[in-house]
Amino acid sequence: MDNTTTIDAKSSVKPPVSSVGVVGWARANLFNSWFNSILTLLTLLLLWKVIPPFVNWAFIDSLWWSTSAECKAAEGACWSIIPAKYRYILFGLYPYDSQWRPFLAIIILIGLLFYSRNRAHWKKSLAYAWLVGLILMGLLLRGGILGLASVESTLWGGLPLTLLLSVFGLTAAYPLGVLLALGRQSEMPAIKSICIIYIEMIRGVPLITLLFMSSIVFPLFLPEGVSINAILRAQVAIIMFTAAYIAEVVRGGLQGMATGQFEAAESLGLNYYQTMRLVILPQALKIVIPPTVSQLISALKDTSLVVIIALYDLLKTTQTTLSDPDWMGFSSEAYIFVALIYFACCYFMSSYSRRLEEELDTGL
Amino acid sequence: MQSAPESPSQAAPSRAIPFYNDPKKRAILFQIVTVLMLGLLAYYLLSNTLANLEKQSIATGIGFLQKEAAFEIGESAIEYSAADTYGRALVVGFLNTLIVSFIGIIITIIMGTVVGIARLSSNWLVSKLAGIYIEVLQDIPVLLQLFFWYAFFYNILPGPRQALSPIMGVFLSNRGLVFAVPAAHPVHKYMAIATLVACVAIYIIRRWARARQARTGQPFPVFRVSLALLIGFPLLTWVLGGAPTAMNVPVFSGFNFKGGRNISPEFTALLLGLILYTAAYVAEVVRAGIQSVNKGQSEAAMSMGLKPGLVLNLVILPQALRVIIPPLTSQMLNLTKNSSLAVAIGYPDFVSVAGTTINQTGQAIEGVALMMIVYLTLSLLTSAFMNWYNKKTKLVER
Repeated sequence: MDNTTTIDAKSSVKPPVSSVGVVGWARANLFNSWFNSILTLLTLLLLWKVIPPFVNWAFIDSLWWSTSAECKAAEGACWSIIPAKYRYILFGLYPYDSQWRPFLAIIILIGLLFYSRNRAHWKKSLAYAWLVGLILMGLLLRGGILGLASVESTLWGGLPLTLLLSVFGLTAAYPLGVLLALGRQSEMPAIKSICIIYIEMIRGVPLITLLFMSSIVFPLFLPEGVSINAILRAQVAIIMFTAAYIAEVVRGGLQGMATGQFEAAESLGLNYYQTMRLVILPQALKIVIPPTVSQLISALKDTSLVVIIALYDLLKTTQTTLSDPDWMGFSSEAYIFVALIYFACCYFMSSYSRRLEEELDTGL
Repeated sequence: MQSAPESPSQAAPSRAIPFYNDPKKRAILFQIVTVLMLGLLAYYLLSNTLANLEKQSIATGIGFLQKEAAFEIGESAIEYSAADTYGRALVVGFLNTLIVSFIGIIITIIMGTVVGIARLSSNWLVSKLAGIYIEVLQDIPVLLQLFFWYAFFYNILPGPRQALSPIMGVFLSNRGLVFAVPAAHPVHKYMAIATLVACVAIYIIRRWARARQARTGQPFPVFRVSLALLIGFPLLTWVLGGAPTAMNVPVFSGFNFKGGRNISPEFTALLLGLILYTAAYVAEVVRAGIQSVNKGQSEAAMSMGLKPGLVLNLVILPQALRVIIPPLTSQMLNLTKNSSLAVAIGYPDFVSVAGTTINQTGQAIEGVALMMIVYLTLSLLTSAFMNWYNKKTKLVER
């Protein structure tokens, strides 16, 4: 009894004002040593120098719904370029009246992505949903059936092209990457060296050389009269590039498998194909889900490189908009807009990847 | 299918196993088929290519390297004019790639380390700002960042007449960055030699100090002596050379700055974009490396009576660096590979010069092959270094 009363008395004494509330928090986190105090003050000074002018430029002096002439006279940011040009930036040269089709395709893609976020939905039916969704998106873009006017792939552009190149790129690169990783682990010297040469060669060169290869060297490889359109060629280059990186990611997972797993599978009498399909790959691929999502993020960012071979992806349509004499010089506004789109996509994926990492962490 | 042999005696080699059930023979067959198929594909592509080249009458081989290039290059480290050969133009491009990568790598490491440490700071504001920096810059494509900085130089900065001057002698305008440099003087050459001599001396002192400590147990203040040598030698040379203080300050005259050192907007934008992008990744690498060292390590070292400087030098850094160096090297390699994006903003790096060469000669295969070989060599050299380093610092476990 005595003990409890003393504890009660002690706990009822309030801590000093300087260690609780805002003041206490600031003392613990901002001014806990003379060095940190100076650092905080310097940082605050820097922020004071940077943020008010930026807010002025971006929000207070800015124009949102004006013409380009009004913009050129104004001091602040000219966000009007976005309402005026967003259709072109997002959809490129796609016929204006049919732009609801790529829009719908993007909605389907986003819907599928959101649905796949929940791991409880990871069943076989989800794979079929993706298959149907991807085909539907392709049909929507291409048209030519159900009374939809057919649209040449040379007219595809903007955000749909960016998403198409990255999502299809990763989907097709994934099985190829798994095969390459298995080949690299193989005991057959010829297969192993072919896979190693491929992976190391692709990882050693920048993506842009592969894109050059696809745009100017590849047509020379084909027999006379055969030609493949530019988007598909770029897509193949991106797939080949991504596959090499996926292969390394998967190899990490394969090397993380205990030898006992192989031995147990073998002692059950499973052959190589069964061992891999039933025992090794399901475990190995699960380990590497988070780095695979990071690969998807890189793939999305890397697709912007197709600008250099003159495909009209999101970045190229922005650049073209900026070469319009009416809107020349408002590059910061347009680039910030596009950067926000990229940031939103990548941030969504990277925070998802972090969450998955926590969920899948089995503590092994 | 997989029925067990009825009895051990019947599994004797008396019955020959068909070759398709013998894993060894099957493997050989499988490999032969794969190699053959690849060979056939290569042959098919090659024959198509040769036919196409002949039809379009494009020359093959690397003879074009000897021909006159007939195009100018904006900036070059060695002397170059349009009358020089393609070979020399490509060397200029290669040197430009090396220059931008080298400067970029040095600044990126410094900046990435600072941001990485800031991320771990106990100061809430600094840590959060570093976190925002890392998250935002990692999630925006580097090419977009390059375009942004390039447009920043061309559209937002004023012309040379109203150039911004953040620090005395440094001018920022849409013609790039101009800053004052010491006026040319013969003593500079001797100062460079003095620095080299100091480096050699430091190396010798280090070895001697280590041997002495192993022999007698007496430590030697290597760091302080090295620093004194590194600063003292060139300084002494400079004083002996008459201590020239004349500066070559840029002055605005006519349409542009005269004098000083001028760095083109292309180069500055490329460097800025690459550094800011890669530093975000390096910061994460550094943070992970520092966090990987168990807190008990520094506590143990301190309880043995080591001073804070020695704790860092002898206990923390050797362990953190083992974690940091491999991903750091791959980030440096990424920076070098990303420098090829220079072609999009008009800085004459190797890919850009090779691209112009391809356009003029039509020899696409040779040009693209050259690009690949150059980058492949760089990355193979890096991974060779990595393997050597990993072997050297590998934990020797009992």
